[in-house]
Amino acid sequence: MKAAPFEYTRVSTLAEACELLSEHGGDAKLIAGGQSLVPMMAMRLARPAWLVDINRLEELKHVELRGDALVVGAAVRQCVIERNADAVRSLPLMNRALKWVGHVQTRNRGTVGGSVVHADPSAEIPLVACVLDATLVLQDTSGRSEVAAREFFFAPMVTAIAPEQCLAEIRFPVWDAPRVGCSFEEVSIRHGDFALVSACAQVALDADGKCVRAALGIGGASPFPHALPEIGAMLEGKVLDDMLIEDAAVAVAGLIDPDGDLHATAEYRRFLARMLAMRVLKAAAEDAAGKGAK
Amino acid sequence: MSEKLYPVSITVNGKAHAAEVPSRLTLVDFLRDTLRLTGTHVGCEHGICGACSVILDGAPVRSCLMFAVQLDGCSVTTIEGLARPDGTPSVLQDAFCEAHGLQCGYCTPGMIVASHALLESNPQPSEAEIRDAIGGNLCRCTGYQQIVDAVQLAAGNLAKGAK
Ligand SMILES: Cc1cc2nc3c(=O)[nH]c(=O)nc-3n(C[C@@H](O)[C@H](O)[C@H](O)COP(=O)(O)OP(=O)(O)OC[C@H]3O[C@@H](n4cnc5c(N)ncnc54)[C@H](O)[C@@H]3O)c2cc1C
Ligand code: FES
Ligand code: FES
Repeated sequence: MKAAPFEYTRVSTLAEACELLSEHGGDAKLIAGGQSLVPMMAMRLARPAWLVDINRLEELKHVELRGDALVVGAAVRQCVIERNADAVRSLPLMNRALKWVGHVQTRNRGTVGGSVVHADPSAEIPLVACVLDATLVLQDTSGRSEVAAREFFFAPMVTAIAPEQCLAEIRFPVWDAPRVGCSFEEVSIRHGDFALVSACAQVALDADGKCVRAALGIGGASPFPHALPEIGAMLEGKVLDDMLIEDAAVAVAGLIDPDGDLHATAEYRRFLARMLAMRVLKAAAEDAAGKGAK
Repeated sequence: MSEKLYPVSITVNGKAHAAEVPSRLTLVDFLRDTLRLTGTHVGCEHGICGACSVILDGAPVRSCLMFAVQLDGCSVTTIEGLARPDGTPSVLQDAFCEAHGLQCGYCTPGMIVASHALLESNPQPSEAEIRDAIGGNLCRCTGYQQIVDAVQLAAGNLAKGAK
């Protein structure tokens, strides 16, 4: 046994989870897939006195189209969203991203919400949430509140969630346009490891091939998943030719300020961000162009 | 300090086991130390190596990343549950021997569990699909190629009707 001792409660309602969190404050932690929390407990980087298990909360396991958003319950497992027909159709960027999230075994347990709250700056799901401008719905004993994904992440593992709050669901906006394309790419030391740098893009083209909407973000190069709406603004209304995409990639490198560490220097991360931004924009544009050709 | 114990009932390889466990006992320790099913190996104990892979409700998972207490009422299959009913090796296990899919054997239970789960859902996987399925399992000996060969051999033998 490697973790420090803790009291365990498996809750059967979200309200009960919120009660326990409010009663025990920072001493209690929720456990979802456990794929990040249990390693931290094994290394005693985390030693919650109470562990509140939300794995069997059906009320956190919905995946449904609601208005112009795909709503994903926080405890939906990554392997479920990977195969969910609505998600594959309406949120293709998430599907591309999930291929990079750990391995089959970790996706079979890990949840969408756990990845968001864990807030690793290289994590793919938080990046998708920021790029698509998703909304996070938090719950505590006093009710529900909402926060934009882009305002949720502050620094590695530091977010806007309070110790007594539970992430209930995430609303991912669905782009309702006939020609939407997307791409997710990253460079890591081995496939399935956390990314040194990742990039993803989603673009929509009109019937003439002009870009009507574009979103791009970079992971692993900032202390938080970094959506870059400036790049979208630069591309909208234009034809995404190679020259424009290269200019956009150069602009990406100027907008980020990566740190260096044991695995990669700041310069190398900046270089990767530029190259990956170029690749994902090209691939997303090609993906969109292949749809409903005029 | 006497630690609080929690009752659990877990079905392992078709057999129900009831026990009282400390909350912090991981599933892999429950399997190895409580049930003495030492076929499942434990390497890193923090999710990196895949040696501890078991099948939970049909899907391969890391047994060091869950606590036994969480699995009350669940059903787990370990490497011991993959052999033929008479205890002789399965087609996949035979293929690992035949293709030299193991050397020291440390990673092998996890590799076999991961490839078994793959073949269950995808009986004719491509090489890329095999590499993806064992991507979460580290092997320090074989260089992986013979493991991929073994899974391909098993897929071929199963397709020819081997049981
Ligand atoms: C070998 C390995 C490789 C990995 N590779 C990657 C990778 O490439 N990319 C990647 O993004 N991730 C990776 N991960 C981590 C990923 O698998 C986890 O799924 C994810 O980071 C956390 O999700 P979880 O459901 O397991 O959360 P847990 O580990 O259960 O929880 C993580 C944190 O979130 C909190 N929490 C969970 N759910 C909620 C909720 N609903 N409300 C409030 N708080 C909550 C917990 O209290 C805890 O603090 C990897 C993990 C392993 C073991
Ligand atoms: S012992 Fe579980 S992954 Fe290494
Ligand atoms: S056979 Fe030795 S670790 Fe794989």
